[in-house]
Amino acid sequence: MAAESAYAVDLSRAMVMVPTTPADWLVVGPVAIPIVTGALLLMVRHQTRLHGSLAVAGLFATLLCNIGLLARVLGEGPQVMTMGRWLPPFGISFAADALGASLALVATLVAVVCALFAANDIGTVGRRYGFYPFMMLMMAGVGGSFLTGDLFNLYVWFEVFLISSFGLLVLGSQHRQLDGATKYAILNLVGTTLFLISTALAYGIFGTLNMADIARKADGLRESAPLTTLAVLYLLAFGMKAAAFPVNFWLPASYHTPRIVTAALFGGVLTKVGVYALLRVMVLIFPPERALLSGLIAWVAAATMVIGIMGALAQSDLRRVLGFVVISGVGVMLAGLALGTPEGLAGTVFYAFHSMIAMTALYLLAGVMNSLGGGYSLRSLSGLYAMHPLVAAFALILVLAAAGLPPASGLWPKVMLVRASLDSGLPWLAFAILATGLLTTLALGRVFILTVWRPRVAEKPQGSAMPQTGYLALAALCLPIVLMGVYPEPVIGVARQAADAILDAPTYIGSVFPGETAQ
Amino acid sequence: METILAFTVAVFFAVSIYLMLSKHIIRILLGVAIFGNAVNLTLFTAGRVTRVVPPIIPVDLDTPAQATANPLPQALILTAIVISFSIFAFLLVLAFRAYQELGTDDTDGMRVAEPKGEELPPLGY
Repeated sequence: MAAESAYAVDLSRAMVMVPTTPADWLVVGPVAIPIVTGALLLMVRHQTRLHGSLAVAGLFATLLCNIGLLARVLGEGPQVMTMGRWLPPFGISFAADALGASLALVATLVAVVCALFAANDIGTVGRRYGFYPFMMLMMAGVGGSFLTGDLFNLYVWFEVFLISSFGLLVLGSQHRQLDGATKYAILNLVGTTLFLISTALAYGIFGTLNMADIARKADGLRESAPLTTLAVLYLLAFGMKAAAFPVNFWLPASYHTPRIVTAALFGGVLTKVGVYALLRVMVLIFPPERALLSGLIAWVAAATMVIGIMGALAQSDLRRVLGFVVISGVGVMLAGLALGTPEGLAGTVFYAFHSMIAMTALYLLAGVMNSLGGGYSLRSLSGLYAMHPLVAAFALILVLAAAGLPPASGLWPKVMLVRASLDSGLPWLAFAILATGLLTTLALGRVFILTVWRPRVAEKPQGSAMPQTGYLALAALCLPIVLMGVYPEPVIGVARQAADAILDAPTYIGSVFPGETAQ
Repeated sequence: METILAFTVAVFFAVSIYLMLSKHIIRILLGVAIFGNAVNLTLFTAGRVTRVVPPIIPVDLDTPAQATANPLPQALILTAIVISFSIFAFLLVLAFRAYQELGTDDTDGMRVAEPKGEELPPLGY
């Protein structure tokens, strides 16, 4: 038509003109594959036999995609893909840097193992109510949160995994679940709404929601805009998602109520998304504000780790013990955020890898112990060493890992964090980390003594089958834990690169806005 | 205009926080609903309120002739409304089921998951 030629405009000023190479699709793969698999699973929801293998296949493809993405990011720097070909900041960018890509990889690894474990643990009824679709959509939300480069988009992904987690949490509809889910749902909704308030104010201040765009505009607005207030709001909102001390009460109220494999997935993955969002926003966008708040964050971190683990000491239900151990681990990760040094942040990232795997493994171990010993109560669960020595071996490795003792993976991130605390002149924070290690050894050591070494105090449960998939899942998780413990160099390298990726804002900005010179 | 909206938002937040501090689930849910609307109004106000001029470029121009209304906050609010509406629907059903099954909507009485006066773990064997 004539009208088109009359209004021929230079599209290259508004749109991405270069066609997307196949390798670039890796950036959205960790989100797209789980969504498509979830939709497929909904279509075949009556053929429950197919669910397990479809979900495992989908998650395995996601895992491969994550490995490819991480390899590319480590080699070539942050990978960016902008939706709808609109140039950023108008199109929504997905920006995978070493931090997001590595955390997405570990989260997917954990999810694959959970999907395998669920093959035996979730029966036909659970599948009919949609366990696997919920799980896939939750992993899509988690992957999107790790990879997106846009604040509002991050909010949307938070809601995606939140809604799916509601579904997983009430699956089964026992009284305890309804009680736990009510508290989890309301408090988490308030948390994400706080995040939305902060995002509204950020949009009012910056006029943009692209994280790289905000990061480069923040320097010019520091004098005139209330950026510290905004940083505190984000700290509160993401602290609530991460279960940091004064706003963590939704976690011990709900994490012990759902099916054990759901609890394993939640305990492993969800709180780390909150920690990731804190790292991303506080370190990449608001570095001076983070430095200003570092004293507060350090106190929050110390309180979270010590009070969390003291909660674990007082519990007699194995799953509730683990809920408090999750909280304590969040405190350790926040210590690195408080320090803000490359070493401290690398320690936080390594601890996040370790905590994802170890917490999932501990919950799955609780599930295996329950099916072998008939219960979760520390008063009755006993005599496992005599009956099932292999469970005792897994339990020993995982207790050492959570307590931060060699030869398991918990040691090295704690070493890095303690050294970084001492270097930054915060010996009390180092002391808090070490004291938490001691208390974790006591809390989980007691669990080990009571469940594994103590002779049987109750009747032997009837007809408990050997949990082959349980052993397989535990072995799949204990292997990386021991490998990271005895040969930590490659993982420390990835963690250092991830820490550098968020500390080095100009590179991140330059990869989102390739045409313009970063300030 | 922004000032009036800012005060409206403040009132919404005050009312919703007061309701959410209640012990009864139904009041908390009302608070959550108002909380969501308060946030939507915040988003709307943060995007600057420009009235009358729609963001439409005239046929013979490449850019709008004057400052127009900002469509982005409305897109954001629309997304937020959809999300908060669906979650609110879920919460209503959840609260109703919890009320049916547990027989109370008082959060002090909902102690199934965390029972009062639990025994300590064994100190030895």
